[in-house]
Amino acid sequence: MANEVTPTVEHAIETSKLNLWYGTFQALFDVDLAIKNGIVTSMIGPSGCGKSTFLRSVNRIVERLGYVRTTGRIDVHGHDIFGEDVELVQVRKQVGMVFQRPNPLPLSIRDNVLFGARTHRLETKSTRDEIVQSALEQVLLWDSVKDRLGARATTLSLEEQQKLCIARLLPVKPRVLLMDEPCSALDPKGTEAVEELIWELRGQYTILIVTHNMAQARRASDECVFMLMGKVIEHTRTEEMFVAPAHRETADYIEGRYG
Amino acid sequence: MFEATELNDRNRRAERLWRWLFGMMTGLLIVPVVLILGVLIVKGGPALSIDFLFTEPTDGMRAGGVFPALIGTIWLVAVALLVSVPIGVAAAVYLSEYAPDNWLTRLINLCIINLAGVPSIVHALFGVGAFVLFFKFGISILAASCTLAVLTLPVVIVATRESLQAVPQAFREACWNMGATRWQTIRRVVLPNSISGILTGVILEVSRTTGETAPIMFTGAVFLLPFLPQSVFDPTMAMSLHLFVVSTQVPGVPDELPYGVALVLIGMVLCMNALSIAFRVYLRGKKKW
Repeated sequence: MANEVTPTVEHAIETSKLNLWYGTFQALFDVDLAIKNGIVTSMIGPSGCGKSTFLRSVNRIVERLGYVRTTGRIDVHGHDIFGEDVELVQVRKQVGMVFQRPNPLPLSIRDNVLFGARTHRLETKSTRDEIVQSALEQVLLWDSVKDRLGARATTLSLEEQQKLCIARLLPVKPRVLLMDEPCSALDPKGTEAVEELIWELRGQYTILIVTHNMAQARRASDECVFMLMGKVIEHTRTEEMFVAPAHRETADYIEGRYG
Repeated sequence: MFEATELNDRNRRAERLWRWLFGMMTGLLIVPVVLILGVLIVKGGPALSIDFLFTEPTDGMRAGGVFPALIGTIWLVAVALLVSVPIGVAAAVYLSEYAPDNWLTRLINLCIINLAGVPSIVHALFGVGAFVLFFKFGISILAASCTLAVLTLPVVIVATRESLQAVPQAFREACWNMGATRWQTIRRVVLPNSISGILTGVILEVSRTTGETAPIMFTGAVFLLPFLPQSVFDPTMAMSLHLFVVSTQVPGVPDELPYGVALVLIGMVLCMNALSIAFRVYLRGKKKW
């Protein structure tokens, strides 16, 4: 699906009967989710409820742990990611991931942004500067770093590092951005800036964001998924979930009766 | 209200005692180093001169210099490095970056640890059997260097593996998540960030190889050769064996000669170590995280 033009699909990610085991421990139970294309969806739930596991399944990075077994189906833009002719490298190109702790590579800012493009041979000498500028502009970082693109990425503040980690995904034009608690290592100001950025990227990318921060889910997402013990309890529009949750467990979690 | 109680006094005395004890042990450790260097310099110093380094031994090794042995040691170490570094680094990369954590990998790791524990005289006999006789290298630099390479492989593997594993896992995950293959990750992120540790390990190996005697005395080093080795298939003299010979095997050697040889040998090792430290400091300054 690298170069073909896919007609706009309704759902960017669709799973059916997705089960996942870590060894003998079952982490996901029959997860059926349809994540709409081009919006921000947040996933909430107590620790260990499977939301990060779900996220890591969507780009199949979870398989790096050898003892993982998965059944069921995940479609990204209508294509089965477990299909026989699927190239994992392509899955990871189309589905980018941002981690809890910003993890810029120990390279310059410019080389960080170009890393993905270089990996997939999408850059030439003449397009290099343009790629760097456009990616950094998209994450609202260009103005503050344009004069020091050769500086080490690790010299940036945490907030800038996290923005850079998002920026380096963009040059390969992913369809989906997965974010695993992207703000939990940041201070309130950084959190606000990254949330603002997520909202900025909305529409161009489908964004799935795992968060422990209820207020963040409420502020920065269109739809919200509530998971508990490896099962999806509720998936609705965010304002609905927070105003009128349909399930007892959702209401209890949102009100902070357990977490 | 802030006066010391009896308990405070007792604790302070104990504190002093322990501190003194640990300090003494550390001091003890420096004694042999100082003694060895001191004795060598005092007794071997007079033998040392530019001529000593650059002339051949004469008069049945009772006079003259160490030139053929010096060159021979450089040959032996260089060829040993050429054999062990590619193999050792490649094996360490495999073990650290590719190998799944299963019984086979654990068995291989156990073998490496055991290989490191094999006495060097056993390596020597292995070298005779494998390289001199079976591969028909004869008594040659190649056979001796291969034996040294086998002896030091565990050092290279362990040092390389440790510096690879010091590269934070988050960097690898970041690369994999962008669709980079393992090799792309290794080449562009893991190796550039572990090269200082790898090089340090290699230099340590060099200094260890320089002093080894047993593994080379049956496989490639000889007592006395009037000419320099022309290729890796020639036998050679070596500093370590030369020291052994002039100290124990030749009657009537002037007193300062063996000390002079030892001084040159230890000088070579110390130079390597100093280089290794300088290198480490230089590369640590460029460390990226």
